[in-house]
Amino acid sequence: MPYTFNTPEDQQAMLDAIGAASIEELFAPIPSSLRLKRPLDIPAAMGELELTQHIQTLAAKNEHAGQKICFLGGGSYDHFVPAVVDAIASRGEFYTSYTPYQPEVSQGNLQVTFEYQTLICQLTGMDVSNASLYDGGSAAVEAALLCMSVTKRSRVVTTASVHPEYRQIIETYFTHLNAELVTVGSPDGVVSVEELANAVDDNTACVLLQQPNFFGCVEEAERVARIAHDRGALLVVSCDPISLGVMKRPGDAGADVVVAEGQSLGTPMQYGGPYLGIMACREQFVRRMPGRIAGQTVDRRGTRCWVLTLQTREQHIRREKATSNICTNQGLFALRAAIYLSALGPQGLREVSELCLQKAHYAIEQIVADDRFELAFPQPVFKEFVIRDTKGKVAEVLAECHELGILAGIPLAKWYPDLADCFLVTVTEKRTKHEIDQLADSLTRASVTDSVVSV
Amino acid sequence: MNPDELLFAETHEWAKVVDEDGAKVATVGISAFAVEQLTDLVYMELPSVGTAVEAGREFGEVESVKAVSPLYSPVTGEIIAVNTSLPDSLETLNADPYNAGWIIKVKLTNESSLAKLLDYAAYQKQCAEEG
Amino acid sequence: MRNTRATQPIFELSKPGRRATRFPRPDVPARPIEDLLPEHCRAAAPPPLPELTEPDVVRHFTNLSTLNMSVDTHFYPLGSCTMKHNPKRNERLANLPGIADLHPYQPDETVQGLLQLLYELQDMFAEISGLPAVSLQPAAGAHGELTALMVAAAYFDDLGEKRTKVLVPDSAHGTNPASARMAGFDAVTIKSDPRGLVDLDDLRSKLDEQVGVFMITNPSTLGIFDDQVAEIADRVHKEGGLIYLDGANMNAILGIARPGDFGADMMHYNPHKTFSGPHGGGGPGAGPICVTDKLGPYLPSPVVCQRDGRFALDYERAKSIGRVRAFFGNVGVLVRAYCYIRTHGPDGLRRASENAVLNANYLLSRVKHFLPVPHGERCMHEFVATASELKKTKGISAMDIAKRLLDFGYHAPTVYFPLTVSESMMIEPTESESKETLDAFAEALFRITDEAADLLHEAPHTTPISRPNEVQAARNPVLKWTSC
Repeated sequence: MPYTFNTPEDQQAMLDAIGAASIEELFAPIPSSLRLKRPLDIPAAMGELELTQHIQTLAAKNEHAGQKICFLGGGSYDHFVPAVVDAIASRGEFYTSYTPYQPEVSQGNLQVTFEYQTLICQLTGMDVSNASLYDGGSAAVEAALLCMSVTKRSRVVTTASVHPEYRQIIETYFTHLNAELVTVGSPDGVVSVEELANAVDDNTACVLLQQPNFFGCVEEAERVARIAHDRGALLVVSCDPISLGVMKRPGDAGADVVVAEGQSLGTPMQYGGPYLGIMACREQFVRRMPGRIAGQTVDRRGTRCWVLTLQTREQHIRREKATSNICTNQGLFALRAAIYLSALGPQGLREVSELCLQKAHYAIEQIVADDRFELAFPQPVFKEFVIRDTKGKVAEVLAECHELGILAGIPLAKWYPDLADCFLVTVTEKRTKHEIDQLADSLTRASVTDSVVSV
Repeated sequence: MNPDELLFAETHEWAKVVDEDGAKVATVGISAFAVEQLTDLVYMELPSVGTAVEAGREFGEVESVKAVSPLYSPVTGEIIAVNTSLPDSLETLNADPYNAGWIIKVKLTNESSLAKLLDYAAYQKQCAEEG
Repeated sequence: MRNTRATQPIFELSKPGRRATRFPRPDVPARPIEDLLPEHCRAAAPPPLPELTEPDVVRHFTNLSTLNMSVDTHFYPLGSCTMKHNPKRNERLANLPGIADLHPYQPDETVQGLLQLLYELQDMFAEISGLPAVSLQPAAGAHGELTALMVAAAYFDDLGEKRTKVLVPDSAHGTNPASARMAGFDAVTIKSDPRGLVDLDDLRSKLDEQVGVFMITNPSTLGIFDDQVAEIADRVHKEGGLIYLDGANMNAILGIARPGDFGADMMHYNPHKTFSGPHGGGGPGAGPICVTDKLGPYLPSPVVCQRDGRFALDYERAKSIGRVRAFFGNVGVLVRAYCYIRTHGPDGLRRASENAVLNANYLLSRVKHFLPVPHGERCMHEFVATASELKKTKGISAMDIAKRLLDFGYHAPTVYFPLTVSESMMIEPTESESKETLDAFAEALFRITDEAADLLHEAPHTTPISRPNEVQAARNPVLKWTSC
């Protein structure tokens, strides 16, 4: 067997010590009527070589971001991961350990968590961070629950420009809770501030804003913060960590809770997960924050050290009264984010942020040079933007680009029926001028081919 | 205050009822026994002035490192004062649970629950059985 | 060997102007940032992150790693967490570019290999559980619980039934009642009987038409298979309720018994436990759930389906509860679980469970003479010993023993859980440990119970730090580094 030690002699010796005649006897507590009386109907075992070849064959059927030029985003991004991230995160002492229940032999993980929390506070401009949640979407819903718990109010106002899947998660969670989700329109690519002001009432726990938003556009976060605060509501900002090299930190723009998808900070896309849910908040809410938190203290000899703290918030103590049911964190990806941010530093983050910004704007210019394509929303953008195909043939255009080796964008029809003629394009620092030119060329070629066919 | 002058709930809170301007007002805290049992308190969550409390219902929480204990009101009424300095000086609960360690003051709206409270001797007997 | 100069907080190593990662200048014509971003959203300066060189970063984190115990380096019998070997092949395969570098919104036709893998995994999870409908979406075990309870709530809504209660045994993991609450149910605790099993009388008194779900962990957190499970399921089903199985302890019964065959309507797996996805210092996990056919329509969307020989994500599911997570799910963890299952096959999975149970029983037989195991002479994949006698006679607590074990080079068992046993130590050796290791561990435990109480109160003595002051940490929380 692959990972077991016991030889037949070992097994016999162990059974003798136990006083059992057979391994079968150890399973006697399971009544025969409840047993499976046949082998599992799953494929036969594979050795490492066969398995490797099998998975390689499956992997070869996928077109990955190293083969196709990837302009896809929408919450998962093809950013550059420095080698130092992989090198350190693949150390078994990190990835084969678990939650630091014994702090004396977990100082590595605890200190990393404490450093991660500090880095996230520096990045977002907030007072306190937890040790991470599942992903950006679960962080958004947990933030909404936190705000409801703090304010004792039950209404959450969000905008159509917040990630549609994040909003879907909140809807699912709210189905069985006494809570209401109100979505304000974003007709020009950003939230209608007037409509938002009308939607926020005295029962509103928080406004959930995304910055830059799902369409890549920049929201007026400070204005939204004032609207929320005027009614005693809190502001939750879901941000793109990479944007914070050039954009104002949510904490400096009035946010009370900041959440983010931390995948951009050194984690591969992996078809959607596992990722890193970032959550930080103002100090006064820390005892309502879900998830684990590391804190600094001293040991009996007075040595500075770290422990999990404020544990009474958590489910293993508070059970049904806990702030959340969340148990695991994403320790491995918090580690990756800590390494990534340490490696980049302020200047590196500034550079990657500026590269995204400059390249996205170059891409817009190249794409809209073809009259068929236009920028859907006249708003400032960071690294993503929405392109409208004035001929309304998004599926055909994207398929044509795919033929030419480019994953050009995400069609928006699935979430926004009135944007069926639009697709979302993302440009990270990894996309070269040459690749962007290829994208623009392919779109143009797609548009020419399409005209020929339609004539 | 001397514990002999106080009334105790089975859940370890104490109350001292006095007349203030024609109304009955109870000062509420937790017993020395409870403080000792809870060990190493780290946090306390208190209600705000104006909150209605009901005998036997939770009005706040105290936390030690790995446990949360609800505080149950021994009386029914409206909170008129809260010892807001207490959460920042939890050691007061150990040093002086029956005076400086008071938690809330409640203007009583119903006195019937007072009959269920124990005097100090009866409460000490209960503690001896628990301890 | 640890270098303490490198393990001070990374912020204290920072020096302005240092840097590990540099990016190229833009290869596109650059425009002034003021032209691209309005003033209201522009940062005056980048965030005040530390400034370090690559050697700084490498040395710092590498040295920190040496302060952890891990499965790769130590025996880690942390009960209920199934700290088994994490196969290196799984790591390499999950990191292949054809898997790690896929974007979640790529068209289905560009990810056929991955969808095939996930489709096959759905089938294998269904077969192992005996529950045919599968969602791979939940991100962790607790998330799986919550998702399944939402599925149950949607099912009852559809039937027009108002069921408000979820029954949870007192020995259950704390996530169970917390999840019940988040799914809109009231959690009602069911007592354990003297054997550590569900107290049927207490169940009888609390079971009515208000009960939606009974959540059972079987094998239980005490490492015992509750042989009343079929009867419990029968009673709950007769009242119209559903049985949820917390699959935390599936490592005991792979290929031996299936939750779907012993009455469960829903369950989650913890692939990071049972199927060896590494624990990552706290996560990631995954929490795939399996349910009966009648509950299948309510599972989150999308699921992977097969149509005309092609694999696709199916969103056309009218009764679905919706989404519980963005994108598809924790694919990286699921790929490792797939690799684990394919490495073992039907015989291998069964052998893994047999050896996990054999190892646990062997260790129990060695330990019970000096550390009583209140619930039974035999166990499944783990057992719960108690130090309550030692506490009374010598003043030695479970925590003292746990701390002293660290000095002997072992990670401690889970202590003070389950809550139903005082001074409890929950020990789970897993199948991927040798008799030699178990013998040495039992020997160490025996020596410890014979040691002077004072020595134990001060343990551990040889670890990088001694016992931390948790009271100070909670009273005056310092949750981030500050320069002073």
